[in-house]
Amino acid sequence: MEFAERELVLADQSGLVARTLAWLSDVWVMARRNLIHLRREPMQLSDVTIQPVLFTLLFVYVFGSAMVVAGGGSYKEFAIGGLLVMNLTTSAMGAAVGLNSDVSTGVINRFRTLPMSQGAILVGRSISDLLAAVFCGLVVLGTGLAVGWRPSASALSTLAGFGVVILFSYALSWGMSCLGLFADSPEGAQGIGFLVVFPLAFVSNVFVPTQGMPSWVAAIANWNPVSAVTSACRTLFGNPNPSAAVHAWPMQHPVAAAIIWSLVILAVCVPLASHSYRRRTSG
Amino acid sequence: MIIEAKGLVKRYGDTLAVDNIDLEVRRGSIVGVLGPNGAGKTTTLRMLTTLARPDAGSARVAGFDVVHEAASIRRIIGVTGQDATLDELLSGRQNLVMTGELSRMGRTRSRKRAQELLELLELEEAADRPVKGYSGGMRRRLDLAASIVSKPPILFLDEPTTGLDPTGRQKIWNIIRDLVESGATVLLTTQYLDEADALADEIVVINHGRVIAQGSPLQLKAATGSQLLEVSLPEPHPAAASVLAGIGAGKVVVSDAGKHLRVHSSNGHGLAVAALRALDEAGIPVDDIAVHQPSLDDAFAALTGKASAATNNEEVQ
Repeated sequence: MEFAERELVLADQSGLVARTLAWLSDVWVMARRNLIHLRREPMQLSDVTIQPVLFTLLFVYVFGSAMVVAGGGSYKEFAIGGLLVMNLTTSAMGAAVGLNSDVSTGVINRFRTLPMSQGAILVGRSISDLLAAVFCGLVVLGTGLAVGWRPSASALSTLAGFGVVILFSYALSWGMSCLGLFADSPEGAQGIGFLVVFPLAFVSNVFVPTQGMPSWVAAIANWNPVSAVTSACRTLFGNPNPSAAVHAWPMQHPVAAAIIWSLVILAVCVPLASHSYRRRTSG
Repeated sequence: MIIEAKGLVKRYGDTLAVDNIDLEVRRGSIVGVLGPNGAGKTTTLRMLTTLARPDAGSARVAGFDVVHEAASIRRIIGVTGQDATLDELLSGRQNLVMTGELSRMGRTRSRKRAQELLELLELEEAADRPVKGYSGGMRRRLDLAASIVSKPPILFLDEPTTGLDPTGRQKIWNIIRDLVESGATVLLTTQYLDEADALADEIVVINHGRVIAQGSPLQLKAATGSQLLEVSLPEPHPAAASVLAGIGAGKVVVSDAGKHLRVHSSNGHGLAVAALRALDEAGIPVDDIAVHQPSLDDAFAALTGKASAATNNEEVQ
C-alpha cells in the first residue's frame, strides 16, 4: 500500500451498527447547532416564544369578542386548535431561511469537507424544527390554558391531537427546506416562504368556519391541508368544530386527511430536498 | 506524490476558470499556488478538496480519486476557505467542538482538542463569544484551528493570510511550519510572493487558469526577478552612482539632490552586503540601505512577458 492514510481510512470502514450510530450522532450535532442558532437569533426565537403568546391573546380577546361560533361553543375553545396550527405553520418558514443561510455561506464548505453524513444537514434541520415546534405548540397550549381554554376529550385523545399537528409541522419543515434550497438568498427564502405560508394558513378554517366563504374559496379552504389538520386537532381535543358539518371528504375524515396530507408532503419533499441539496452544493 | 492532478479543467458558464492544470505535491512538503485574483487558485483547491467536480482531467489525494472516493478524502484532509468557513452564530469553541464531533472524534476528545487549539492560536479570551464579533485575524486563526481539529495529514489552505497585519501573518506562518514539522503536507494558495517564498518548498504560479511557471522559490526568483536596491546617503557623493552601477544591473536612479539612489539587480543573494561593502570601500557613508524583493507584478511581468491582469486593470481605470 502506497499511502498510510489509505490504510487508515480503509481500516475505518466499520459495520452497519457503528455507521448508524455515527449518522445519528451527526444528526444530533447538527440539530443542537440549529437550536443554538435559534437561541441567538431574536427573530427566530420570537417566532416560537413571544409570537404564539401574542397571537393567542390577540385572537381570543380582540377577535373573539366579536365572533360567534356556528353550531355553538365558545370562540376560545374554537380558537386554540386553529392558533396551534397557524403558529406552527408560520414558524415553519424558519427552515427555509436557516437552510438557505447554511448553503449560501462559507460554513457549507466546512460541512462538505468533513467526513460527516451530508444527509445529516437536512435531517438535523428537521429534528431541530421538530423540537422548536413542540416547544412552540406547548407555549400556545399553555397560553390557552391560562386564558381558560380546556380540552374536553380524554388525555390520550388530546395528546393525539397535538401529535397530528406536530406531524404536519414536521412535514411542512421538509417542504420549507425545499423552498430554502430553491431560493437564491435567505431574504429570497423568506419572501417565497411568506407567499406559500400565508395563503396556506389563512385560506382555511383556522379563524373562521369555511361555510360563510364564497363557494370557490370554501372549496379551496376545505381541501387545504391546514384545514384538515385544524379540524383533526379540534375533534381530538373535543373542542367545537363547525367544519364537521362540511361535506368535503377531508372535513368528514379530518384525522385521516391530516395524516395522509402529512405523509404525502413528506413523500414528495424529503427526496426533493435531498436532490436539491445535492444539486445546490455540487459545483 | 500525495496529491496528483492531471489536466484539471473547470468551467463556470462561459468562463474557463481552470484550464488544464497539472499539479504534484510530495508528502511532507509545502506547495504554494501563487497567482492574482481570479487566476483559478480557489477553483483548483475546490476540486482537490471534493467541493467542485472537475469538467475534465482527474486528481488523486493520498491515492483516492476526488470524484469517486470523495468520502475517503474527507477523512484525511483539513480545509480553510477564503471566506472563512465558520458558523457565525456559534462561539469559537462551539465551532471547534462541532467540527471535532462531525469528524467523529466524540464529544470528550473534541472538547479537549478545542481547548488545546484555542490556547495554541491565542483565542482563549474570545473563545465563548459568537464568531460574528471576531476580527479578521481571529477568524483566520479560528478557521485554521477548525481545519486541524482532527489532525489531518493533508491540509489545503486558501489564502490563509489575506487581509492580515504582519504580526497576524507571522503567527499563521509559524503554525503552518509547525504543522509540516509534525508531518503534515500543505497545499496553500497565496497572492503574495513573499508568503510563498517564506513557506513553500515548491511554488506553482498560475494565471488565467493555467500553470505559467513552477519551481523552488530560488529557481523562480532567478527566473523572475529583479530586486530593487535602495540606498540613502547622509550627503550626496559623486562616486555613489558609479559604485552602485557596478553592483546592480541597469540604470542607477538618483533623486533627493543625490542623497537617494535606486538600482535594480537580478542577483538574489547578499545584495545588501555587497552594496554596503562596495560603498564602504569607496569611503561613502551610508544612512540606510534596503533591498525590495520582486513583487508578484514583477514576477508576472518576467514570467509572461507582459504586465499582470491586476496591473492592466489599474491602467484601464
